[in-house]
Amino acid sequence: MTGGGIIDQTNRALRDIGLCGLFLLQIVGRLRLSTRQWGEVMRQLYFIGTRSLVIILTSAFFVGMVLGLQGYNTLVQFGASESVGAVVALTLFRELGPVLTALLFAGRAGTSIAAEIGLMKATEQLDALELMAIDPIERVVLPRFIAAVLALPMLTALFNMLAVLGSYLFAVEWTHLDQGLFWSRMQSVVDFQADYVSGFIKSVVFGIVIALISVFQGYTAEPTGRGVAIATTQTVIVGSIIVLVLDFVLTALLI
Amino acid sequence: MKINQSVELTAGLFMLLGLAALLFLAFEATDVGGFGKEGSYQISARFSNVGDLKPRAPVAVAGVNIGTIEAITLEPDSFEALVTMTIDARYDQLPTDTSASIYTKGVLGDKYVELEPGGSPDYLRNGDELFIAQSAVVLEELVSKYLFNSDTESSDEE
Repeated sequence: MTGGGIIDQTNRALRDIGLCGLFLLQIVGRLRLSTRQWGEVMRQLYFIGTRSLVIILTSAFFVGMVLGLQGYNTLVQFGASESVGAVVALTLFRELGPVLTALLFAGRAGTSIAAEIGLMKATEQLDALELMAIDPIERVVLPRFIAAVLALPMLTALFNMLAVLGSYLFAVEWTHLDQGLFWSRMQSVVDFQADYVSGFIKSVVFGIVIALISVFQGYTAEPTGRGVAIATTQTVIVGSIIVLVLDFVLTALLI
Repeated sequence: MKINQSVELTAGLFMLLGLAALLFLAFEATDVGGFGKEGSYQISARFSNVGDLKPRAPVAVAGVNIGTIEAITLEPDSFEALVTMTIDARYDQLPTDTSASIYTKGVLGDKYVELEPGGSPDYLRNGDELFIAQSAVVLEELVSKYLFNSDTESSDEE
Protein backbone atom coordinates (compact mmCIF):
# COMPACT_ATOMS: atom_id res chain seq x y z
CA MET A 1 0.00 0.00 0.00
CA THR A 2 2.89 2.37 0.60
CA GLY A 3 5.82 3.42 -1.55
CA GLY A 4 5.97 4.69 -5.09
CA GLY A 5 6.01 8.25 -6.30
CA ILE A 6 3.10 10.60 -6.56
CA ILE A 7 2.32 9.43 -10.09
CA ASP A 8 2.22 5.84 -8.90
CA GLN A 9 -0.14 6.70 -6.08
CA THR A 10 -2.47 8.72 -8.29
CA ASN A 11 -2.46 5.82 -10.70
CA ARG A 12 -3.43 3.43 -7.95
CA ALA A 13 -6.15 5.74 -6.64
CA LEU A 14 -7.64 6.13 -10.12
CA ARG A 15 -7.51 2.39 -10.68
CA ASP A 16 -9.25 1.81 -7.33
CA ILE A 17 -12.03 4.21 -8.28
CA GLY A 18 -12.47 2.41 -11.59
CA LEU A 19 -12.46 -1.01 -9.94
CA CYS A 20 -14.93 0.23 -7.33
CA GLY A 21 -17.32 1.35 -10.07
CA LEU A 22 -17.01 -1.98 -11.89
CA PHE A 23 -17.60 -3.77 -8.60
CA LEU A 24 -20.80 -1.80 -8.07
CA LEU A 25 -21.95 -2.84 -11.55
CA GLN A 26 -21.19 -6.47 -10.70
CA ILE A 27 -23.24 -6.21 -7.50
CA VAL A 28 -26.18 -4.51 -9.18
CA GLY A 29 -26.07 -7.05 -12.01
CA ARG A 30 -26.62 -9.82 -9.46
CA LEU A 31 -29.64 -8.25 -7.78
CA ARG A 32 -32.17 -11.03 -7.52
CA LEU A 33 -35.18 -11.42 -5.29
CA SER A 34 -34.90 -15.05 -4.27
CA THR A 35 -36.20 -16.03 -0.83
CA ARG A 36 -32.91 -17.49 0.34
CA GLN A 37 -31.22 -14.24 -0.56
CA TRP A 38 -33.69 -12.26 1.52
CA GLY A 39 -33.21 -14.52 4.50
CA GLU A 40 -29.51 -13.74 4.35
CA VAL A 41 -30.23 -10.03 3.92
CA MET A 42 -32.36 -10.11 7.08
CA ARG A 43 -29.57 -11.86 8.96
CA GLN A 44 -27.09 -9.22 7.85
CA LEU A 45 -29.59 -6.50 8.68
CA TYR A 46 -29.52 -7.81 12.22
CA PHE A 47 -25.73 -7.69 12.45
CA ILE A 48 -25.38 -4.38 10.63
CA GLY A 49 -28.51 -2.54 11.71
CA THR A 50 -29.83 -3.83 15.01
CA ARG A 51 -26.36 -4.25 16.47
CA SER A 52 -25.50 -0.63 15.60
CA LEU A 53 -28.48 0.72 17.51
CA VAL A 54 -26.70 1.12 20.83
CA ILE A 55 -23.90 3.35 19.56
CA ILE A 56 -26.20 5.31 17.22
CA LEU A 57 -28.93 5.95 19.80
CA THR A 58 -26.58 6.84 22.65
CA SER A 59 -24.62 9.26 20.46
CA ALA A 60 -27.85 10.72 19.09
CA PHE A 61 -29.27 11.41 22.52
CA PHE A 62 -26.22 13.32 23.69
CA VAL A 63 -25.77 15.12 20.37
CA GLY A 64 -29.37 16.30 20.74
CA MET A 65 -28.80 17.41 24.33
CA VAL A 66 -25.64 19.33 23.46
CA LEU A 67 -27.30 20.95 20.43
CA GLY A 68 -30.14 22.03 22.70
CA LEU A 69 -27.70 23.39 25.27
CA GLN A 70 -25.59 25.29 22.74
CA GLY A 71 -28.61 26.53 20.83
CA TYR A 72 -30.35 27.68 23.99
CA ASN A 73 -27.32 29.55 25.33
CA THR A 74 -26.85 31.37 22.03
CA LEU A 75 -30.51 32.08 21.30
CA VAL A 76 -31.39 33.26 24.79
CA GLN A 77 -29.14 36.29 24.24
CA PHE A 78 -31.43 37.39 21.42
CA GLY A 79 -34.60 36.57 23.29
CA ALA A 80 -35.36 33.79 20.82
CA SER A 81 -34.93 30.76 23.05
CA GLU A 82 -38.23 29.28 21.84
CA SER A 83 -36.56 28.70 18.46
CA VAL A 84 -34.20 26.14 19.96
CA GLY A 85 -36.32 23.25 18.66
CA ALA A 86 -36.31 24.68 15.16
CA VAL A 87 -32.54 25.21 15.21
CA VAL A 88 -31.86 21.71 16.49
CA ALA A 89 -34.22 20.09 13.97
CA LEU A 90 -32.77 22.03 11.04
CA THR A 91 -29.19 21.18 12.00
CA LEU A 92 -30.08 17.54 12.46
CA PHE A 93 -32.19 16.98 9.37
CA ARG A 94 -29.93 18.83 7.00
CA GLU A 95 -26.45 17.97 8.21
CA LEU A 96 -25.66 16.32 11.50
CA GLY A 97 -28.14 13.46 11.27
CA PRO A 98 -27.03 11.97 7.94
CA VAL A 99 -23.32 12.81 8.32
CA LEU A 100 -22.77 11.74 11.94
CA THR A 101 -24.77 8.55 11.46
CA ALA A 102 -22.78 7.76 8.30
CA LEU A 103 -19.46 8.31 10.11
CA LEU A 104 -20.53 6.20 13.08
CA PHE A 105 -21.91 3.58 10.74
CA ALA A 106 -18.62 3.43 8.80
CA GLY A 107 -16.81 2.85 12.08
CA ARG A 108 -19.25 0.37 13.54
CA ALA A 109 -20.65 -1.63 10.60
CA GLY A 110 -18.41 -0.77 7.64
CA THR A 111 -15.32 -2.04 9.39
CA SER A 112 -16.99 -5.28 10.43
CA ILE A 113 -18.17 -5.93 6.87
CA ALA A 114 -14.71 -5.22 5.44
CA ALA A 115 -12.97 -7.32 8.08
CA GLU A 116 -15.38 -10.23 7.67
CA ILE A 117 -15.13 -10.39 3.89
CA GLY A 118 -11.36 -9.76 4.05
CA LEU A 119 -10.92 -12.60 6.51
CA MET A 120 -13.08 -14.88 4.36
CA LYS A 121 -10.73 -14.09 1.52
CA ALA A 122 -7.59 -14.58 3.62
CA THR A 123 -8.83 -17.97 4.82
CA GLU A 124 -9.71 -18.91 1.23
CA GLN A 125 -13.42 -19.30 2.00
CA LEU A 126 -14.31 -17.23 -1.04
CA ASP A 127 -12.17 -19.49 -3.24
CA ALA A 128 -13.89 -22.52 -1.71
CA LEU A 129 -17.30 -21.09 -2.59
CA GLU A 130 -16.13 -20.50 -6.13
CA LEU A 131 -14.91 -24.10 -6.37
CA MET A 132 -18.41 -25.22 -5.43
CA ALA A 133 -19.73 -23.06 -8.29
CA ILE A 134 -21.27 -20.61 -5.81
CA ASP A 135 -20.79 -17.02 -6.80
CA PRO A 136 -19.12 -15.30 -3.81
CA ILE A 137 -20.35 -11.89 -4.88
CA GLU A 138 -23.94 -13.08 -4.97
CA ARG A 139 -23.69 -15.13 -1.77
CA VAL A 140 -21.38 -13.05 0.42
CA VAL A 141 -21.14 -9.51 -0.93
CA LEU A 142 -24.67 -8.78 -2.14
CA PRO A 143 -26.59 -9.46 1.12
CA ARG A 144 -24.18 -7.31 3.12
CA PHE A 145 -24.40 -4.55 0.53
CA ILE A 146 -28.21 -4.53 0.48
CA ALA A 147 -28.45 -4.72 4.26
CA ALA A 148 -26.07 -1.78 4.70
CA VAL A 149 -27.92 0.30 2.09
CA LEU A 150 -31.22 -0.41 3.87
CA ALA A 151 -29.87 0.06 7.37
CA LEU A 152 -28.29 3.50 7.12
CA PRO A 153 -31.44 5.54 6.26
CA MET A 154 -33.29 3.76 9.09
CA LEU A 155 -30.47 4.44 11.52
CA THR A 156 -30.39 8.08 10.41
CA ALA A 157 -34.12 8.42 11.08
CA LEU A 158 -33.67 6.89 14.53
CA PHE A 159 -30.67 9.14 15.17
CA ASN A 160 -32.71 12.22 14.25
CA MET A 161 -35.61 11.14 16.40
CA LEU A 162 -33.52 10.42 19.47
CA ALA A 163 -31.59 13.66 19.04
CA VAL A 164 -34.81 15.66 18.77
CA LEU A 165 -36.07 13.93 21.91
CA GLY A 166 -32.76 14.68 23.64
CA SER A 167 -33.02 18.37 22.84
CA TYR A 168 -36.69 18.31 23.84
CA LEU A 169 -35.75 16.83 27.19
CA PHE A 170 -33.13 19.49 27.71
CA ALA A 171 -35.21 22.44 26.52
CA VAL A 172 -38.51 21.52 28.16
CA GLU A 173 -37.48 19.66 31.30
CA TRP A 174 -34.34 21.58 32.13
CA THR A 175 -34.80 25.14 30.89
CA HIS A 176 -38.62 25.00 31.24
CA LEU A 177 -39.30 26.16 27.72
CA ASP A 178 -42.95 25.83 26.74
CA GLN A 179 -43.33 22.47 25.02
CA GLY A 180 -46.02 23.72 22.64
CA LEU A 181 -43.70 26.49 21.46
CA PHE A 182 -40.87 23.98 21.04
CA TRP A 183 -42.86 21.81 18.62
CA SER A 184 -44.77 24.55 16.83
CA ARG A 185 -41.64 26.59 16.08
CA MET A 186 -40.03 23.41 14.77
CA GLN A 187 -43.03 22.57 12.59
CA SER A 188 -43.31 26.03 11.10
CA VAL A 189 -39.60 26.30 10.29
CA VAL A 190 -38.69 22.81 9.08
CA ASP A 191 -39.76 22.32 5.48
CA PHE A 192 -40.76 18.84 4.41
CA GLN A 193 -39.21 19.06 0.94
CA ALA A 194 -36.14 21.19 1.51
CA ASP A 195 -35.05 19.82 4.88
CA TYR A 196 -36.60 16.43 5.56
CA VAL A 197 -36.55 14.87 2.09
CA SER A 198 -33.12 16.23 1.18
CA GLY A 199 -31.72 14.84 4.43
CA PHE A 200 -33.26 11.47 3.61
CA ILE A 201 -31.73 11.51 0.12
CA LYS A 202 -28.37 12.23 1.70
CA SER A 203 -28.67 9.26 4.04
CA VAL A 204 -29.57 6.94 1.13
CA VAL A 205 -26.55 8.12 -0.87
CA PHE A 206 -24.26 7.75 2.15
CA GLY A 207 -25.65 4.26 2.69
CA ILE A 208 -24.75 3.22 -0.85
CA VAL A 209 -21.29 4.81 -0.60
CA ILE A 210 -20.33 3.21 2.71
CA ALA A 211 -21.80 -0.16 1.76
CA LEU A 212 -19.84 -0.13 -1.50
CA ILE A 213 -16.58 0.99 0.09
CA SER A 214 -16.69 -1.60 2.85
CA VAL A 215 -17.51 -4.58 0.63
CA PHE A 216 -15.00 -3.38 -1.96
CA GLN A 217 -12.23 -2.97 0.62
CA GLY A 218 -12.96 -6.40 2.04
CA TYR A 219 -13.23 -8.13 -1.32
CA THR A 220 -10.05 -6.61 -2.74
CA ALA A 221 -8.03 -6.94 0.49
CA GLU A 222 -4.67 -8.67 0.35
CA PRO A 223 -5.32 -12.19 1.65
CA THR A 224 -3.08 -11.71 4.68
CA GLY A 225 -3.59 -10.54 8.24
CA ARG A 226 -1.97 -7.25 7.35
CA GLY A 227 -4.18 -6.94 4.29
CA VAL A 228 -7.33 -7.34 6.37
CA ALA A 229 -6.08 -4.75 8.85
CA ILE A 230 -5.39 -2.29 6.03
CA ALA A 231 -8.79 -2.94 4.45
CA THR A 232 -10.52 -2.19 7.76
CA THR A 233 -8.59 1.03 8.28
CA GLN A 234 -9.10 2.12 4.69
CA THR A 235 -12.85 1.60 5.03
CA VAL A 236 -13.04 4.16 7.81
CA ILE A 237 -10.62 6.63 6.22
CA VAL A 238 -11.95 6.52 2.67
CA GLY A 239 -15.56 6.21 3.84
CA SER A 240 -15.35 9.25 6.14
CA ILE A 241 -13.59 11.42 3.57
CA ILE A 242 -15.99 10.54 0.77
CA VAL A 243 -19.02 11.07 3.01
CA LEU A 244 -17.82 14.54 3.99
CA VAL A 245 -16.92 15.50 0.41
CA LEU A 246 -20.21 14.14 -0.93
CA ASP A 247 -22.07 16.00 1.81
CA PHE A 248 -20.86 19.30 0.40
CA VAL A 249 -21.65 18.28 -3.18
CA LEU A 250 -25.13 17.02 -2.26
CA THR A 251 -25.94 20.09 -0.17
CA ALA A 252 -24.97 22.32 -3.10
CA LEU A 253 -27.15 20.25 -5.43
CA LEU A 254 -30.17 19.92 -3.16
CA ILE A 255 -30.49 23.51 -1.94
CA MET B 1 -33.54 -22.66 13.24
CA LYS B 2 -34.86 -21.02 16.38
CA ILE B 3 -31.89 -18.64 16.63
CA ASN B 4 -32.26 -17.80 12.97
CA GLN B 5 -35.88 -16.84 13.42
CA SER B 6 -35.23 -14.51 16.33
CA VAL B 7 -32.46 -12.87 14.32
CA GLU B 8 -34.86 -12.22 11.47
CA LEU B 9 -37.46 -11.00 13.93
CA THR B 10 -35.14 -8.39 15.43
CA ALA B 11 -34.01 -7.33 11.97
CA GLY B 12 -37.66 -6.84 11.01
CA LEU B 13 -38.29 -4.94 14.22
CA PHE B 14 -35.33 -2.74 13.47
CA MET B 15 -36.71 -1.85 10.03
CA LEU B 16 -40.14 -1.16 11.53
CA LEU B 17 -38.60 1.08 14.19
CA GLY B 18 -36.72 2.98 11.50
CA LEU B 19 -39.84 3.49 9.40
CA ALA B 20 -41.77 4.58 12.49
CA ALA B 21 -39.07 7.13 13.25
CA LEU B 22 -39.24 8.41 9.66
CA LEU B 23 -43.01 8.89 9.91
CA PHE B 24 -42.87 10.37 13.40
CA LEU B 25 -40.34 12.98 12.31
CA ALA B 26 -42.25 13.77 9.12
CA PHE B 27 -45.44 14.50 11.03
CA GLU B 28 -44.15 15.88 14.32
CA ALA B 29 -41.16 17.94 13.22
CA THR B 30 -41.90 19.29 9.75
CA ASP B 31 -44.58 21.50 8.27
CA VAL B 32 -46.50 18.45 7.05
CA GLY B 33 -48.21 18.15 10.43
CA GLY B 34 -48.62 21.91 10.79
CA PHE B 35 -50.10 24.09 8.08
CA GLY B 36 -50.23 21.37 5.46
CA LYS B 37 -51.97 21.35 2.13
CA GLU B 38 -55.04 19.73 3.63
CA GLY B 39 -57.14 21.66 6.04
CA SER B 40 -56.07 24.99 4.65
CA TYR B 41 -57.12 27.50 2.00
CA GLN B 42 -55.31 30.07 -0.06
CA ILE B 43 -55.88 33.78 -0.41
CA SER B 44 -53.80 36.35 -2.23
CA ALA B 45 -53.03 40.06 -2.09
CA ARG B 46 -51.22 42.55 -4.33
CA PHE B 47 -48.55 44.78 -2.92
CA SER B 48 -46.68 47.53 -4.73
CA ASN B 49 -43.61 46.55 -2.71
CA VAL B 50 -43.03 43.52 -0.48
CA GLY B 51 -39.65 44.63 0.88
CA ASP B 52 -37.78 41.51 1.90
CA LEU B 53 -40.82 39.38 2.65
CA LYS B 54 -39.93 35.74 2.01
CA PRO B 55 -42.00 32.64 1.21
CA ARG B 56 -42.87 30.66 4.39
CA ALA B 57 -42.95 33.84 6.46
CA PRO B 58 -45.86 33.85 8.93
CA VAL B 59 -49.28 35.36 8.33
CA ALA B 60 -50.85 36.64 11.52
CA VAL B 61 -54.08 38.11 12.84
CA ALA B 62 -53.70 40.13 16.04
CA GLY B 63 -50.17 38.73 16.33
CA VAL B 64 -51.30 35.09 16.26
CA ASN B 65 -49.91 32.99 13.41
CA ILE B 66 -52.70 31.57 11.29
CA GLY B 67 -50.80 30.64 8.13
CA THR B 68 -47.74 31.07 5.96
CA ILE B 69 -46.70 32.85 2.78
CA GLU B 70 -46.91 30.30 -0.02
CA ALA B 71 -45.41 32.21 -2.96
CA ILE B 72 -44.44 35.69 -4.07
CA THR B 73 -44.58 36.41 -7.80
CA LEU B 74 -44.50 39.51 -9.97
CA GLU B 75 -47.63 40.40 -11.94
CA PRO B 76 -46.28 40.95 -15.45
CA ASP B 77 -48.73 43.67 -16.54
CA SER B 78 -49.13 45.79 -13.40
CA PHE B 79 -45.64 45.19 -11.94
CA GLU B 80 -47.16 44.46 -8.56
CA ALA B 81 -46.10 41.65 -6.24
CA LEU B 82 -48.74 38.93 -5.94
CA VAL B 83 -48.44 37.27 -2.54
CA THR B 84 -50.22 33.94 -2.07
CA MET B 85 -50.94 32.93 1.52
CA THR B 86 -51.97 29.56 2.95
CA ILE B 87 -54.34 29.99 5.87
CA ASP B 88 -55.20 27.23 8.32
CA ALA B 89 -58.77 26.03 7.76
CA ARG B 90 -59.55 26.58 11.46
CA TYR B 91 -59.61 30.31 10.68
CA ASP B 92 -62.16 30.30 7.86
CA GLN B 93 -64.19 33.26 9.07
CA LEU B 94 -62.07 36.16 7.82
CA PRO B 95 -64.35 38.89 6.37
CA THR B 96 -63.94 39.71 2.66
CA ASP B 97 -62.85 43.28 3.45
CA THR B 98 -59.86 42.06 5.46
CA SER B 99 -56.77 44.16 4.78
CA ALA B 100 -53.17 42.97 4.66
CA SER B 101 -50.05 44.86 5.74
CA ILE B 102 -46.42 43.91 5.77
CA TYR B 103 -44.79 44.53 9.13
CA THR B 104 -41.43 43.81 10.68
CA LYS B 105 -40.98 41.69 13.78
CA GLY B 106 -38.94 43.77 16.18
CA VAL B 107 -36.50 46.39 14.94
CA LEU B 108 -34.34 44.16 12.76
CA GLY B 109 -36.60 41.11 12.58
CA ASP B 110 -38.14 39.33 9.63
CA LYS B 111 -41.05 40.65 7.60
CA TYR B 112 -44.47 39.10 8.07
CA VAL B 113 -48.01 39.76 6.88
CA GLU B 114 -50.57 40.99 9.38
CA LEU B 115 -54.23 40.66 8.42
CA GLU B 116 -56.71 43.19 9.79
CA PRO B 117 -60.25 41.77 9.67
CA GLY B 118 -62.93 44.17 8.47
CA GLY B 119 -66.67 44.12 9.14
CA SER B 120 -68.12 42.42 6.09
CA PRO B 121 -70.64 39.63 6.78
CA ASP B 122 -69.17 37.48 3.97
CA TYR B 123 -66.13 35.31 4.54
CA LEU B 124 -63.06 34.80 2.39
CA ARG B 125 -63.02 31.59 0.34
CA ASN B 126 -60.20 29.62 -1.25
CA GLY B 127 -58.64 31.62 -4.09
CA ASP B 128 -60.07 35.01 -3.03
CA GLU B 129 -58.03 38.16 -3.29
CA LEU B 130 -57.70 40.89 -0.67
CA PHE B 131 -58.40 44.37 -2.02
CA ILE B 132 -56.69 46.43 0.60
CA ALA B 133 -52.97 45.78 0.88
CA GLN B 134 -50.44 48.04 2.50
CA SER B 135 -46.89 47.70 1.24
CA ALA B 136 -43.81 47.17 3.29
CA VAL B 137 -42.10 50.22 4.70
CA VAL B 138 -38.77 50.55 2.93
CA LEU B 139 -36.24 52.37 5.05
CA GLU B 140 -34.43 53.91 2.08
CA GLU B 141 -37.65 55.46 0.76
CA LEU B 142 -38.41 56.96 4.14
CA VAL B 143 -34.95 58.43 4.39
CA SER B 144 -35.02 59.87 0.87
CA LYS B 145 -38.48 61.31 1.45
CA TYR B 146 -37.28 62.97 4.60
CA LEU B 147 -34.21 64.40 2.86
CA PHE B 148 -36.26 65.59 -0.11
CA ASN B 149 -38.89 67.25 2.07
CA SER B 150 -36.41 69.09 4.23
CA ASP B 151 -34.70 70.27 1.06
CA THR B 152 -37.88 71.81 -0.40
CA GLU B 153 -38.82 73.37 2.92
CA SER B 154 -35.52 75.16 3.18
CA SER B 155 -35.82 76.41 -0.42
CA ASP B 156 -39.34 77.71 0.35
CA GLU B 157 -38.00 79.80 3.16
CA GLU B 158 -35.61 81.61 0.90
